[in-house]
Amino acid sequence: MKLVNSTVRLAVGLTILGGLTACGSDNEPVVSNPPPTPPPIEMKTFEVTLSNLTYGQPLSPAALLLRNEGALWEIGQMASVEVERIAEGGDNSALLSLAGNKVTASADGPLEPGMSQTFSLQLEATESANLTLVTMLVNTNDAFTGLTGLNLDAMQLNDSWSMTSGIYDAGTEANSELAGTIPGPADGGVGFDAMRDDVDFVAMHPGVVRQDDGKADSVLTQMHRFDNPAIRIRITRVE
Amino acid sequence: MKNKLSVFTALLLASTASHAADLEIHVQNLTQGIYFTPLLISAHPEEMMLFRTGEHASAELQAMAEGGNIELLANQMGNGGANNLENPAGGLLEPGMMASGMLSNDEGNASLSLVGMLLPTNDGFVGLDSWPIPSEPGTYHIYLNGYDAGTEANNEARGSGMPGEAGFPVPPPLEALIGHGGTGVTTEESNQTVHIHRGNLGDSNATGGKSDIDSTVQRWLNPVAKVTVIVN
Repeated sequence: MKLVNSTVRLAVGLTILGGLTACGSDNEPVVSNPPPTPPPIEMKTFEVTLSNLTYGQPLSPAALLLRNEGALWEIGQMASVEVERIAEGGDNSALLSLAGNKVTASADGPLEPGMSQTFSLQLEATESANLTLVTMLVNTNDAFTGLTGLNLDAMQLNDSWSMTSGIYDAGTEANSELAGTIPGPADGGVGFDAMRDDVDFVAMHPGVVRQDDGKADSVLTQMHRFDNPAIRIRITRVE
Repeated sequence: MKNKLSVFTALLLASTASHAADLEIHVQNLTQGIYFTPLLISAHPEEMMLFRTGEHASAELQAMAEGGNIELLANQMGNGGANNLENPAGGLLEPGMMASGMLSNDEGNASLSLVGMLLPTNDGFVGLDSWPIPSEPGTYHIYLNGYDAGTEANNEARGSGMPGEAGFPVPPPLEALIGHGGTGVTTEESNQTVHIHRGNLGDSNATGGKSDIDSTVQRWLNPVAKVTVIVN
């Protein structure tokens, strides 16, 4: 196994690398903010396609970041406030304005189940880049998915990596599933709350319980269940 | 090195035998609410095993899966020539935490296996069955699932960690985290072979209901653990 494989697996929890065929049938417009650079010499562009593999969990507008540093979250460690904001409320603005971002991209709107969005990230060819992608499963208290700190430097032109990613729990909000606590269409409740009333470390998500499984006060139903993985991410270097 | 090999012999073996190596092993509990009892990690010959899906659990595996007792399994494997790393966490491996240790495997012990009971469950365990230890130095990551030993009905109630006795043990800190008075989810264990655990049901009633398990906290989705092996 190559080091690259190891890095990818570390970052995304559940990973399959390989040249899988493209599945983006509904590519949304691309939003990209190239860094303010002097006249570009040689550039490289990564096209990232995100597919929602769940049955009934729309994904909040994804934040995509290229940075020098590695992981923005880690199993067993406290979530940053920026990650908490997207995990609890689907608000990616704090992540997008995080210090140290080289290039960012954001979706215009949520990504419905079964749909895909494609993003473009461009930077100077000589620059190193670690990719972070984060999005919330909106019909939950604080579930999110994505990958963080995936180094793209080994990608050559036309290289394509495909991987899936599991579901994390930010650990910042108890999974009460109560009315008023879930921002997605299942509830329309409050998103981000600065109070941390859960274990306060990131881990893999235990799944939702739902009223259909005996939690009478849950606003979630059988249609909000999920299992790993939640998303597919395909990265292609196109320039 | 346990073996009294001369440096020359050791070098000779290293160049000809493919699988004798020093392994640095890290095990991380990926769950937010499930505890692992002391882990047994074993490098063993291909023909040995700790468990296998679709097969009945051994008495030694049952003692581990129902009560967290790895002594019997460790002795069995040790007597068969395996190299063991026992209890690297020094007790329970808590949710989100990582345990680390070193394991030197003898030539021929080229399969790596791991078990540890999942708490709270009746006979659930995290498991790795005979991962082929690579001869090429490097860092390798393996994701592990939760298994059910098939030896005890998943009644999800406080009880005993002794093989054949109902319920699950509640050592601290679980004593304070687990409900009371559950009437029992089921008394049947229809699949008596080792299988992928179907998960905890749990309920929202800490003083009654069917289960003593909290449905919003002590559940999981696979994978439940990440193992990192550094082959030196």
